[in-house]
Amino acid sequence: MAYTKKVIEHYENPRNVGSLDKNAPNVGTGLVGAPECGDVMKLQIEIDDATRVIKDAKFKTFGCGSAIASSSLATEWIKGKTIEEALAIKNTDIVEELSLPPIKIHCSVLAEDAIKAAISDYLKKNQEVKTA
Amino acid sequence: MKFPIYLDYHATTPLDPEVLKTMLPYFTEVFGNAASRNHEFGWTAEAAVEKARHQIAKLVGAQHDKEVIFTSGATESNNLAIQGVAEMYKEKGNHIITSPIEHKSVLDTFHFLEKKGYEVTILPVDSYGQVSPEVVRNAITPKTILVSIMTANNEIGTINPIAEIGKVCKEKGVIFHTDAVQAAGKIPLNVEAMGVDLMSVTAHKIYGPKGVGALYVRRKNPRVRIAPLIYGGGHERGMRSGTLNVPGIVGFGKAAEIAVRVMQDEMAQIKRLRDKLWEGLQKNLDEIYLNGHPTERIANNLNFSFAFVEGESLMMGMKELAVSSGSACTSASLEPSYVLKAIGVGEDLAHTSIRFGLGRFTTDEEIDYTIEKVVETVKKLRDLSPLYEMVKEGIDLKSIAWTGH
Repeated sequence: MAYTKKVIEHYENPRNVGSLDKNAPNVGTGLVGAPECGDVMKLQIEIDDATRVIKDAKFKTFGCGSAIASSSLATEWIKGKTIEEALAIKNTDIVEELSLPPIKIHCSVLAEDAIKAAISDYLKKNQEVKTA
Repeated sequence: MKFPIYLDYHATTPLDPEVLKTMLPYFTEVFGNAASRNHEFGWTAEAAVEKARHQIAKLVGAQHDKEVIFTSGATESNNLAIQGVAEMYKEKGNHIITSPIEHKSVLDTFHFLEKKGYEVTILPVDSYGQVSPEVVRNAITPKTILVSIMTANNEIGTINPIAEIGKVCKEKGVIFHTDAVQAAGKIPLNVEAMGVDLMSVTAHKIYGPKGVGALYVRRKNPRVRIAPLIYGGGHERGMRSGTLNVPGIVGFGKAAEIAVRVMQDEMAQIKRLRDKLWEGLQKNLDEIYLNGHPTERIANNLNFSFAFVEGESLMMGMKELAVSSGSACTSASLEPSYVLKAIGVGEDLAHTSIRFGLGRFTTDEEIDYTIEKVVETVKKLRDLSPLYEMVKEGIDLKSIAWTGH
């Protein structure tokens, strides 16, 4: 499999690998994919409650080089963005940036899902806090 | 050390220098057609072919050189054996038996025959990939005409109890074929002791050239007949027409002779290196699982699942090593290995497997480097793996409701 330079770069030097405290109220955690499919992404975001800006983002991925690159890129892009701006990121943007071949498009879809799942988790946690 | 380090000897092997030297005159000096009966060019080519035939006969333990016929490779030998028996014995019966972890050249041929109307039984294998002789016995019916079980598996290295299966087939009067491609040169082969009626072998797995193989066809006790696949000038006793690939055959013969000569010492050396790799990986990594039988396996094979690390990303991180993940023969597909699936390895683990195939030219230095590289890459990818993190936290992955596509 011939990988693009950008994918290889993210694979050799992934950005924002790691974990945030999933119990912290301003952290949202998204876990998407399945081991049997060969693709699992965990993406976490730390939100500044006042400004709704994504202060920090971390990821961990079980998957091929394209999956790792897609999730690494996702964390790079969402850092410093507001929740609304992050939700606007489309998988096609990732495909374009990494020049993913058709067979790897599903990796970018999973990355977009991971962003949305993390944001959704944060919102759910904070909705509950508000109503409590 | 030359990079990448070649550790895919199950896929193919380089020519042994002695083999290449032996072949060369047959391209330009002794270049005759072995079937040219009327002049010296033909006679010398024929003599060279007959010498090679004898060398292959010795490799497989055949009683007569005549029992060896040359083909273009084991894929053809497998096709010829299976289709040849099916056609020749179709009045006797239409039931044929095999195992689920055979090479595609066997499985696909069985599928073809099934579409043609033959009854096919695919026997189960145990978690090591072995077929039980009792299971074979129970599957045989009065309409069974062929059992085909490989001697050693190309992915997981497991060796089958061929002699016991051979005994069962003999008892029941069923023709027994074995694909011995991966076993040749690794364990002694003897068609008499193994009770085998047909055996496929190939040159390019034993340091011979690609494009030439052989099929052993028993002539006595019982006499086995096969219908040809290829018609023409009636070469190879009518079983396989076509001008013989003389240089290839000469190389094959030489490779076979070397294999028999060095087998014991070479296998001891390779086993030492393979075990060193095995220990090196086990010592430095947790959650790695051996695929295949721990002891009844060919000495050059190692197949591990590295849990929580995906195979393609692992290979990407080890560009200095030439290994394979999942089935080498279907590497174009995205399907996890059908061999691992058949032995019960879950899809999640199947995606994480790597096959190492050592060989004649593998060195200690290469193994030392390999251990380091694999350990380093697995650790790096585990740092990236959410699954490994969850497992270390004590979470049971099976309890998660995955969103999966």
